[in-house]
Amino acid sequence: MVTTEMMTLKTEPFILNFGPVHPSTHGVYRMRATLDGEVVIDIEPVVGYLHRGIEKLAEERTYTGFIPLTDRLDYISPMSNNLAYCLAVEKLAGIKVPERAEYIRVIMAELQRIANHCIAVGSFLNDCGAFFTPFLYLFREREKIYDLFEMVCGQRVTYNYMRIGGVSQDIPDEFLPALQKFTAKLPGFLEEFDFFLKQNEILLARAKGVGILTKETAINCSISGPVARASGVKQDLRKADPYSIYDRFEFDIPVGEAGDCYDRYRVRIEEMRQSLRIIEQAMPDIPSGPVRADVPHLVRPPAGEAYAHIEAPKGELGFYLVSDNSIAPYRCHVRPTSLINLTALREMVRGWKVADLIIIFGSIDITMGEIDR
Amino acid sequence: MTVALSGKEIASQIEEKFPGSIEESGKDSLVVKVDSLLPVAAFLKDTETLKFDYLNYITAVDYFSYFEVIYQLTSLEHNHTVIIKTRCYGRENPEVPSVIGLWQGADFQEREIYDLMGISFEGHPNMKRIFLWEGFQGHPLRKDYL
Repeated sequence: MVTTEMMTLKTEPFILNFGPVHPSTHGVYRMRATLDGEVVIDIEPVVGYLHRGIEKLAEERTYTGFIPLTDRLDYISPMSNNLAYCLAVEKLAGIKVPERAEYIRVIMAELQRIANHCIAVGSFLNDCGAFFTPFLYLFREREKIYDLFEMVCGQRVTYNYMRIGGVSQDIPDEFLPALQKFTAKLPGFLEEFDFFLKQNEILLARAKGVGILTKETAINCSISGPVARASGVKQDLRKADPYSIYDRFEFDIPVGEAGDCYDRYRVRIEEMRQSLRIIEQAMPDIPSGPVRADVPHLVRPPAGEAYAHIEAPKGELGFYLVSDNSIAPYRCHVRPTSLINLTALREMVRGWKVADLIIIFGSIDITMGEIDR
Repeated sequence: MTVALSGKEIASQIEEKFPGSIEESGKDSLVVKVDSLLPVAAFLKDTETLKFDYLNYITAVDYFSYFEVIYQLTSLEHNHTVIIKTRCYGRENPEVPSVIGLWQGADFQEREIYDLMGISFEGHPNMKRIFLWEGFQGHPLRKDYL
């Protein structure tokens, strides 16, 4: 005879390791998840597998010599890293950038945002189970951006394009027509792409209402970028603290309401459209002239400190530099967007199932190169 | 445009409430004494006219004679920002109170500073190395490491 006592099974939580090498962790990230059956009780992030000591390396390089290393921070969007670092050095040394270079920088940074969101959205949909179909369509568009980048600097991944006081070389004659062709076609693609996904039943079921991050938690945990905006924090450094020449362009800040995975997806799609708007406004106005200020090869900023930040595709990316009037920084600190954005992950996944843990994590969009540095 | 508030102005407001808590104040930043860091930080966060609800970043610099811990705070509502610093003298076991109770965003950043600079944060619930492994000797970002 089966008694009630026999039917109540004894359960206990167990620990499951995700990663460091796991397709859902987007790099060498490890999560120690404590599970109760299929429900997540707690997670502990374990990072450092890609730690290269980039902040220490900066202290032994010249200011210009550090630029290639910034490419290796967030390797999904190196142009933004270049820009943030150059802005910090320019602030420290009081260097004025020529107009033409400012326009080129803005175009590159916005193209980079589109390329980054292609990966962010694509891999998020991969995690949701739309295995590689939307991902490859997005990769096709990203490939076109990479062709544009290759045209200006000869590189496809680590660009090393920006310099202190401008950019390394002028854009070639064929660049603007190619960019025009790209910007003319992208809205149609986005429209079609979004049409198939925004009402997709599976995506709605998997992402809507899942992994909610409240506005208060987002602010308290220093979350920035699309993740914060999806939670209703209307903060975009391009508007709140305009750097470069962003105050000249018209664009909107897309904001979500619920703060769930679906809103994070929507905000990214909308941000791609806004980036296109900025590029289209910048293209016809590019003035002629030099692309680099007259800066000596060995920059020696006066002793002091400076922090410059930009709205990188993943959020606020900043460099804190301390100079002792030598040719190398005394201290160089990177504000790691991806690392800080992970602070709230624990609260976001608690109580959800393992399958949801994967997509909540995927919706944050991180790069290990920036977390570990 | 985010307004960078003058360190001197903020310092005088703090001095009024907590006399003797300011070590130094300048144009861009102010230095708070370690033992009054927490009440000052809570004051900056909770005062209606200041309302620094967002912690941009925390970092630390080794100046040989002292370690400096730097906090940049922003108010999303008023769109202004300030840099506050605190100093630890002495290279053996420097300690700073943790601000994790005020801004949870400090969590990983304080662990990173402990790992690489060797400053421990009192009151942090999980004060252990983040990038390097347990048992690693030394703190690489200190100037006397290499």
